[in-house]
Amino acid sequence: MIPILIGITIISFAVIHLAPGKPTDLMVQLKPNVDLEAREKLNQIYGLDKPIYVQYFNWIKKLARLDFGRSFIDNRPVMEKISERLPVTILINVLAMAIIFLFSIPIGVKSAVRRGSVFDKTTTIFVFMGFAAPSFWIGLLLMSFFGVRLGILPVSGIASLDFENFTLIHKVLDVMRHLVLPVSVISIGGLAGISRYMRQSMLGVISQDYVRTARAKGLPEKTVIYKHALGNALLPIITILGLSVPSLISGSVIIETIFSIPGMGRLMFESVFTRDYNVIMAGLVVSAFLTLFGNLIADIAYAYADPRIRYGK
Amino acid sequence: MMKQIFRNNQAVFGAGIILLLILVAVFAPKIAKYDPAFINIQSALLGPSLEHPLGTDSLGRDLFSRMIYASRIALLIGFIAMGLALGVGVIFGSLAGYFGGKTDSIIMRFADIMLCFPRFFLILAVIAVVGPNIFNVMVIIGLTGWMGMARLIRAEILSLKTRDYVSASRALGASHFFIITKHLIPNGIGPVLVSFVFGVAGAILTEAALSFLGLGVQPPNPSWGNILMEGKAVLGVGWWVIIFPGLAILITVLAFNLLGEGLRDALNPRVER
Amino acid sequence: MQNRKNRQKSKRIFLIPLFITIAVFFSLTISLPGQENFPDPEGKTGTPTYGDAFVVGEIGDARTLIPILASDSPSSYIVDLVFDGLIKYNTSVELVGNLAESWDIEEDSLVIVFHLRKNVKWHDGYPFRAKDVKFTYECLIDPKVPTPYSGDFKMVKSVEVADDYTVKIIYKEPFAPGLTSWGMPIMPKHLLEGENLLTTEFARNPIGTGRYKFKRWKTGERIDLVSNHEYFEHRPYIDRYIYRVIPDSATMFLELETLGIDSMGLTPLQFTRLTETPFFKKRFQKFKYPSFGYTYMAYNLKDDKFKDKRVRQALNYAVDKKEIIDGVLLGQGKVSHGQFVPESWAFNKDVKPYPFDPKKAKKILEECGWRDRDNDGWLDKDGRRFEFTILTNQGNDNRRMTAEIIQRRLKDIGIKVNIRILEWSVFLNEFVNKKKFEAIILGWGLGREPDCYDIFHSSKTKEGEFNFISYANPRIDRLLIEGRRTFDLEKRKEIYNKIHEILYDDQPYMFLYVPDSLVAVHNRFQGIKVSPIGITYNFIDWWVPRDRQRYTY
Repeated sequence: MIPILIGITIISFAVIHLAPGKPTDLMVQLKPNVDLEAREKLNQIYGLDKPIYVQYFNWIKKLARLDFGRSFIDNRPVMEKISERLPVTILINVLAMAIIFLFSIPIGVKSAVRRGSVFDKTTTIFVFMGFAAPSFWIGLLLMSFFGVRLGILPVSGIASLDFENFTLIHKVLDVMRHLVLPVSVISIGGLAGISRYMRQSMLGVISQDYVRTARAKGLPEKTVIYKHALGNALLPIITILGLSVPSLISGSVIIETIFSIPGMGRLMFESVFTRDYNVIMAGLVVSAFLTLFGNLIADIAYAYADPRIRYGK
Repeated sequence: MMKQIFRNNQAVFGAGIILLLILVAVFAPKIAKYDPAFINIQSALLGPSLEHPLGTDSLGRDLFSRMIYASRIALLIGFIAMGLALGVGVIFGSLAGYFGGKTDSIIMRFADIMLCFPRFFLILAVIAVVGPNIFNVMVIIGLTGWMGMARLIRAEILSLKTRDYVSASRALGASHFFIITKHLIPNGIGPVLVSFVFGVAGAILTEAALSFLGLGVQPPNPSWGNILMEGKAVLGVGWWVIIFPGLAILITVLAFNLLGEGLRDALNPRVER
Repeated sequence: MQNRKNRQKSKRIFLIPLFITIAVFFSLTISLPGQENFPDPEGKTGTPTYGDAFVVGEIGDARTLIPILASDSPSSYIVDLVFDGLIKYNTSVELVGNLAESWDIEEDSLVIVFHLRKNVKWHDGYPFRAKDVKFTYECLIDPKVPTPYSGDFKMVKSVEVADDYTVKIIYKEPFAPGLTSWGMPIMPKHLLEGENLLTTEFARNPIGTGRYKFKRWKTGERIDLVSNHEYFEHRPYIDRYIYRVIPDSATMFLELETLGIDSMGLTPLQFTRLTETPFFKKRFQKFKYPSFGYTYMAYNLKDDKFKDKRVRQALNYAVDKKEIIDGVLLGQGKVSHGQFVPESWAFNKDVKPYPFDPKKAKKILEECGWRDRDNDGWLDKDGRRFEFTILTNQGNDNRRMTAEIIQRRLKDIGIKVNIRILEWSVFLNEFVNKKKFEAIILGWGLGREPDCYDIFHSSKTKEGEFNFISYANPRIDRLLIEGRRTFDLEKRKEIYNKIHEILYDDQPYMFLYVPDSLVAVHNRFQGIKVSPIGITYNFIDWWVPRDRQRYTY
């Protein structure tokens, strides 16, 4: 775990610092009247006149205190910027994840159990389409249909203008209304992947000996499927849960940009355009940590679900 | 039996579309009626017609021609980026699998670390530093996509290297290089190729997303992603500028995924018995 | 039998989440109270009433609300509403008092004395005094403060506080643009003294004297302002001003159509095509006024090809500016006549733009020795082809398209043009500042003050300065200095008219176009009047009839 943490910081740092030119060049050049003296001063402030390993150690020392420095753009602490953006991103992705699992498990199970049926074929086609369609395209289509054509859902943002004057229930409903489209777009993409995994996993389990034995013993089919097979088929899905964290975070860039949601993804995107290197580095580190965290949770869940692991096998 | 054909059909269907796409890309100048960059303001935003089968964009450029040329970019980026990823993945994976020990743990740890980063974030960050253009996008997508392949080939090699013919070869004094390239990689490449096909689909999607955000292929070079970006600006008056490039991406990615599935099933008879 | 049961069961587990989701989805699409309130589209006249909110959509979020550090347009936008300068422009583009009631120019134009308004309070209730002016000046010239606005204030010798309501500005030499520079928003001394402007909380919680008070800033989402009831002119009728950040122009337009915002700047395409629907016309009013700026193609005058004035003039004949405006701006702009825009008092009406005349261009070029000697379709001279590269920055489609049109037109007269699009910082740093270019396409956003010393004076050619084309004309140099020293408006007008004329004749740039500003505003807002300085100058007089107010909280 620790070497991976260190590795993450090294890569994040290297991505930005191995490039020709210094980040402060970019800070200076947008304001033509900052003269050379100021440039030198900036270099000193950011320690860019020191050797690269010294810079890295200084950075990591601060990072240990969760201090990512300040944004080049508005001079606010990077951590503050990230922590105000992170909750929305997490909320959207957790909701999407819930919907994905709610749907993909039944779809996967059913198409595995009734392999080759019309249901299997149609869901397969649907799932493949969902997987192949670019999320920004789906987003645009949904937005123009539900938002503009029908005018029944908000087009962008996460809350109405008079949000703070609403009652609590009204507030919750308002946020949910705003999240319907973004969460749907994420779910459509995710649904495809997970239900596919579920189907494969289920197929694998069904062909196992113990399921056959159960069947042979004359147990009712639904007991066989839902008691014996499903539990085991779900195990690999838990791992997938952990593994899908990075792709969900990746997807948030697009979703948040299209729907104007002020989350992590958009912060990253904006920072790329303004070359706000401190924020970019922090974004990389934080998102990688989140992934690790996701994997950790998945591991724990797996251990809980699979008795073999508990015996230290 | 029927199922088998259905499955195979999928793969054949995918391969057929891919072949068609490759032909379109190769013969783009023959197929496209217009110069994809030719601006004619008088004919801006015309709907589909005989003259312009897919309509025109906000600068009066023929959308069909642009889409045709964009297929070149999509395939180019898909294949070259994943080719790069394949190369890196196979080299790292076979080294790790064959030599084991320190080499293995260093390489696989590195892969684990890379896998921790949300890929799109990593790509964005690198683009912020090196700037967006076709070449950079290709290289970056490639260099962030090798980890899965490295894992696969390593696993294959781990099981292959204990086989008798490998031991025999070693006993006969064959070099490591010879054993890896002649015995191990050819025998273990199957799953990696499946992953390659899926990877191409992913790379095409990633490029489209980057171009859609204005961080990929730069105009006036057409790419499905940046045509869609332009389409977004005419939402409401030019549905064709949005619908067609999206469909093109969908169909292409679908084709690669179908082919990938088919290949995987062919290699994985256990599940699909 | 078993099989059927199983089928039912699996159907059920599949249906439950489906049902839940569909139910949630539809319940969320039902509109909530206070959500939609489509106003009756008939306009109403009558006496102004207070209330309602104005919601404007913008692409970018503000960065800092410290006035002297705000250099990007979103920040300046908010700063303008929250703060005031000593003076401002009226609708005839003349300087009038703002925080200053009046001013005197004394001692051969070396001294400006501002008489400040006495009834002005900061939003925290503290009275506004002369020391705030001096404090703002001190911040502006503080070398530790990275403000882009210090240039004009470096000409100031000292700022003296005569009494609480009188400030005396003493210049090192007579400096006419100096007066305009006091449009700079004034900052409160009692809140900022001793603060580090780069890290102070004030940057996100500003206190000003302006029409609107800062209320809240949700980063990346919105900035809320509320009307300043004590505003010295009068209380603004619109109670709230909400600045919404929508980072994408297409999404923003959808928000406008669904009334998520009341106003936005339109692209030419949106202005000419997307807003011509009955739906839109029923709900919105559109405004169009010229912007104070222009787009040009600059030549590197150190380059042999462009040293001859006649060649530059020939190129100007060869490019059809009207075509560019029609193609790029969809007609929403005017041909640029040179350095000053038609709305500026410095604009010389006698300067006529060149007609589009490729034959004449060819003739002039031939006189200069450029002709197609080797019959390859391109002009040449001394064995070298007339070929050059236009550089411009990425991300600005208008500039790219302009370059493409120029490329095509110059091809017609036998000049080969290449286009290279560069990433903005590389473009600026490696090519423009280092003067490594043949021609570039860029734009200037101009103030109302016509002083263009920084752009055309021959001393301003160092790396990073604005005369990157190395323009040097002793007559222009002299006139530029004279223009800065002359306070008499009539005399200044003569000087700048002359500058205008000489520059257009010299063609250091190919002056291309002046784009129009295009704005849509919901039609419940009354009292909007278009002027040469835009529409928001009288925002405090905009109002909404009570029965059409949308935001009543």
